[in-house]
Amino acid sequence: MSVKTHRQAVQGLLPALTPVRFVTEDGSPVKESADYAEPSAELLREAYRRMVLGRRFDTQATMLTKQGRLAVYPSSRGQEACQIAGVLALREDDWLFPTYRDSTALVTRGVDPVEVLTLLRGDWHCGYDPAATRTAPQCTPLATQLPHASGLAHALRSRGGDAVVMAFVGDGGTSEGDFHEALNFAAVFKAPVVFFVQNNKYAISVPLARQTAAPALAYKGVGYGVRSEQVDGNDLVAVLSVLTAAVEHARTGHGPFLVEAHTYRMDPHTNADDAGRYRDDAEVERWQGADPLARLETYLRGRDLLTDEDVASAREAAEAFAADLRTRMNLDPELDPLELFDHVYAEPTPQLREQRQMLAAELQAEKG
Amino acid sequence: MAQALNTALRDALRDDERVLVFGEDVGPLGGVFRITDGLTRDFGEERCFDTPLAESGIVGFAVGMAMGGYRPVIEMQFDAFAYPAFEQIVSHVAKFRNRTRGKLGLPMVIRVPYAGGIGGVEHHCDSSEAYYVHTPGLKVVTPATPADAYWLLRDAVADPDPVVFLEPKKLYWSKEDTDLTRRQAEPFGRAVVRRAGRDATLVAYGPSVPVALEAAKVAADEGIELEVVDLRTLVPFDDETVVASVRRTGRCVVVQEAQSFAGVGAEIVARIQERCFHSLAAPVLRVAGFDIPYPPPKLEHSHLPGVDRVLDAVDRLQFDDRPDVLHLARGAA
Ligand SMILES: Cc1ncc(C[n+]2csc(CCOP(=O)(O)OP(=O)(O)O)c2C)c(N)n1
Ligand SMILES: [Mg+2]
Repeated sequence: MSVKTHRQAVQGLLPALTPVRFVTEDGSPVKESADYAEPSAELLREAYRRMVLGRRFDTQATMLTKQGRLAVYPSSRGQEACQIAGVLALREDDWLFPTYRDSTALVTRGVDPVEVLTLLRGDWHCGYDPAATRTAPQCTPLATQLPHASGLAHALRSRGGDAVVMAFVGDGGTSEGDFHEALNFAAVFKAPVVFFVQNNKYAISVPLARQTAAPALAYKGVGYGVRSEQVDGNDLVAVLSVLTAAVEHARTGHGPFLVEAHTYRMDPHTNADDAGRYRDDAEVERWQGADPLARLETYLRGRDLLTDEDVASAREAAEAFAADLRTRMNLDPELDPLELFDHVYAEPTPQLREQRQMLAAELQAEKG
Repeated sequence: MAQALNTALRDALRDDERVLVFGEDVGPLGGVFRITDGLTRDFGEERCFDTPLAESGIVGFAVGMAMGGYRPVIEMQFDAFAYPAFEQIVSHVAKFRNRTRGKLGLPMVIRVPYAGGIGGVEHHCDSSEAYYVHTPGLKVVTPATPADAYWLLRDAVADPDPVVFLEPKKLYWSKEDTDLTRRQAEPFGRAVVRRAGRDATLVAYGPSVPVALEAAKVAADEGIELEVVDLRTLVPFDDETVVASVRRTGRCVVVQEAQSFAGVGAEIVARIQERCFHSLAAPVLRVAGFDIPYPPPKLEHSHLPGVDRVLDAVDRLQFDDRPDVLHLARGAA
């Protein structure tokens, strides 16, 4: 490769020097590193409605932990631009690989919220049907879902389809070996997968500075030959425009794409976390000023794309959604302990049958 | 127990400047279970620090630090999150001494909060001890009392070989009146009789010790005296204490929280029948978790071996030459 083509190859992969941005923190239009098409007005209005709903879902889920209805809940409040754009950039037949953090994305995808919360309520592990929803189980072991995403993307393409895979991961997750292996595999096989890093600045208590010495996480794609970009993760317009381009890139056979979104986790890691031990309120306050929902609302109003009635009706829909969720989460589903033996293998082993019988006898004896 | 572990780490850091503590969230946060609470504040960033989020990296880095003369005490945040480090643990940590013909050992401790009973969602409640005990070169410890947590951790840090230190999560909040400045614990590698009894022996370790003790208490009310042996260290295994107890009682049930198949209990039962055959009045039985992935929180109580299952097993020990009717009725193979 000549020096010139080499330089072009590198430059073609590099992220913008500053995060892509269409809207400032106070909601005014701006174009920073914004070499991407802005989403249509209709799509932005839709995104706004989803964001109002997503925010309401998230605060409702946090409330449910306080009432003891959920074992635990990792909130994504403050990250809704990512949660919503990550899903709206997809077609229905595309696949999503979410983490434990991404319940709002699942709700946006149309997965029944009670099925979403099955894991965190403690009824079963994954409450929805991954095949029917084209949504992988929410993944807890960090970054381990990413090689699956590369593999599935390769499978989809190998079978002649043009569906794309969107794989979420956190800033902390980028330190795991699986993150790097997944990027490399995807690049070598030109798998149509978008790696979407929500850099919310913390991995539980560990700040980004202890996670990486790179100028931005987005650079991590370059070494693997993966086209990379960084974006203001609290600017929905920017996130959606970049992810739409990334999905298109993958869909049209150009291989994987890595997007880093700079955002912030407003709530503690989970309801069980004590964030006061590692960050101060002033920092959280500052990010309050960058709230993605308020920003989008101001921006859309400024462009006359949103009326008071639109806002009221979005909020009303969100309230109804939350009320329905509350009611349904207050019912305790009947769980059958014997189901524990049903899904270990397609057919239970003789030993499992024996153990099942033992538990059945115990349950029978308990009933008296 | 959490407090005892914290004190052990403090005392180890104070007594030996080669000791280092590192892992995920062990710094300012003090670990998700607060076992390392205050260590960074009191001993400085160089002695207790957060690493990038990568278990394989943490263990591999510790191998290098140990080669460089330090004594790393590292934390895996949860049992199932140690799996990315499995390669480092089985191929390197366990084998270094052997590969180098004894020239280079790795004095390091891998602390792992493990096992269930805390209502944790998936990947937070694995009983992973069998993977480690099956790997020659690793010592494997699991304390059941605060005093043991302290002393076994001190011993593990001082040990010339790598130690996997399994901390039963559900016992973190257990309390005990004990003076940690005076050694009140058996030496490393010895099991201990936690309760004496003549009718049968319950062998337990880590999270199953309190279950066995509770079962013994209930049985005593019915006139059956159960002896409870707490293994403390799985590797090295204390044949002597176990064998002496079983020879005395002639009957034995092994209690483990982990799934049953090819588990630690299987090894224990085999060793007992090899050594105590002529003293046994009944087959040695196991009470264990089912052979299933750890259940969701709302179903874990159906899985965890509790007092009733232990007592059922004791009933099957053919007292008065009664055959094991339960077993026969079940038509088990
Ligand atoms: C392999 C693995 N190691 C450790 C953990 C424990 N853990 C859960 S979340 C978390 C922090 C993850 O941070 P990040 O990737 O930034 O995602 P965020 O939680 O901020 O969304 C850790 C260490 C885990 N789930 N998986
Ligand atoms: Mg994070």
